[in-house]
Amino acid sequence: MTGRRLAAVAAGLLVAALLLLLPLTLRPYGLYLMSLWAVLTIAAMGLNLTLGYAGQVSLAQGAFVGIGAYAAALLTTAGWPLGAGLLLGVGLGLLVGWLLGYPALRVQHHYLAFVTLGANTLVFLVLRNEDWLTGGVYGIAAIPRPTVLGYPTDHPLAFYYFCLGVLLLVGLGLGLLLRSPWGRAFEALRENPVRAESLGIDTRRYTLLAFAIGSAVGSLAGAIYAPLVQYIDPSPFALGLSLALLLMVVVGGAGRFFGPGLGAAIAVLLPEWLRFSEGLYLILYAVLVILVLVFLPSGLVGLADRLSARARGEGR
Amino acid sequence: MNGLLEVSGLTRRFGGILAVDSVSFAVAPGEILGIIGPNGSGKSTLFNCILGQLRPTAGRVRFAGREVTGLRPSLLSRLGIGRTFQLLQIFPKLKVRENLLAAGQEHRGSMLSRLFGAPDAGLAGAVEEMLAFFRLAHLAETPAGSLSYGQQKLLDIAMAFMAGPRLVFLDEPAGGVNPAMLAELEARLRALNRERGATFVLIEHNMEFVMGLCDRVLVMAEGRVIAEGTPREVRADARVIEAYLGG
Repeated sequence: MTGRRLAAVAAGLLVAALLLLLPLTLRPYGLYLMSLWAVLTIAAMGLNLTLGYAGQVSLAQGAFVGIGAYAAALLTTAGWPLGAGLLLGVGLGLLVGWLLGYPALRVQHHYLAFVTLGANTLVFLVLRNEDWLTGGVYGIAAIPRPTVLGYPTDHPLAFYYFCLGVLLLVGLGLGLLLRSPWGRAFEALRENPVRAESLGIDTRRYTLLAFAIGSAVGSLAGAIYAPLVQYIDPSPFALGLSLALLLMVVVGGAGRFFGPGLGAAIAVLLPEWLRFSEGLYLILYAVLVILVLVFLPSGLVGLADRLSARARGEGR
Repeated sequence: MNGLLEVSGLTRRFGGILAVDSVSFAVAPGEILGIIGPNGSGKSTLFNCILGQLRPTAGRVRFAGREVTGLRPSLLSRLGIGRTFQLLQIFPKLKVRENLLAAGQEHRGSMLSRLFGAPDAGLAGAVEEMLAFFRLAHLAETPAGSLSYGQQKLLDIAMAFMAGPRLVFLDEPAGGVNPAMLAELEARLRALNRERGATFVLIEHNMEFVMGLCDRVLVMAEGRVIAEGTPREVRADARVIEAYLGG
């Protein structure tokens, strides 16, 4: 047990050093990738709450990233601070996420996947067609970067640290939530909804909460995605992003706290590492995903667990 | 009738079939009531109608003087009615301790206090007590799914008692339990009844178990109650023998 704790502390320090110091050596493109990783990790952590912990399939997380991004873009380009955009985005995410939870009270699994997929398309169409509000296919340009505690974040390095700070706060908040009785109720809902209900756990309310909170975290990610890229149009928030986020959660390890971070790292870095393969990239990525699904149903975090168990001679 | 639970005229129809046909009975505080009957006689449907899993077609259920007909299971649980299911129902990936915490946490505090973890502090003692009572203390940190069947069965029942319910419905508690564990289970249930005044309604096929444990037995056949009395009376009842052997 202590050996394992030591290994965990060592791994934690290594990751912290990597996240804090590596960016000092990177050029703007590298910093953009690391900022993107932080944003995608936040969005995937939200989905991990809904899907990994509460067991509710959602194929609409990308739409919530879009809702947050547009909320932030519209408010900040109108002269409001990013904080206002974050609040509006998170508020909208909570509200729309809560509403999206209602179908989950009636249908489950792949039927629920189809319903949420439809919701994603609906949000995408609103973003594309309501051009009086969203600018339609032309999108919204010149999204300003925020000033945080007096420090402007126009430089990519400063903005990266801002993203990392938000990720840490979200991680802390979600960590505390998942350790609370709410987190246990979400897991009970995933493990055995009928039994949970018979033990006094209001499964309807917790289902709606799981969607609302997970979606709101997705919108929060969107609200910092907008100032990262500084120009948004509807196309990144189509179904593809929802599927990519789903893959990050599953590849990293659904229902594992550090799964989304690992899954997002792979989703961001793999295309770069596989650039030499040119057109083969998608095929290689697909093969990796299939291998993970077949051999590692608990994701890469699950693999790390299994390896450390084997190292201690407890492997099966 | 002035029981803890009063069921009157409860009926459930599936299309043309009367699965439960105007069943009435009452349960007194501290009583152990057994419900027996051949397969398909409506016992489980009766449970499901009382416990909010199914909506009854007609009839009423009162608990502690309050109308509870058709309330959702989570609400019934918070009012003090616990239950187990015919098949084991636990949270396999959660540790034994977490299973018990989950079983008790919704019965104290508000939704908001639960977000801040308040109920867990108050529940710790109850969890330890339940672990000791069902002899599961050495398994507290083990994922529930890796327990033996008998241990999972004990955990399942322990979960139903976590919130200190006034009335517990047990659907075939002896099903699939080996003889040694069965004696243990009977002793635990009897202790819960004697020491804590727990009231039970149980469906069971194991006649020896029912006759040994229950104060009173209700016999169902084809959706109706055909006999009611002490185990001795019921065993001698011609209609009961007919229902089981004839037909």
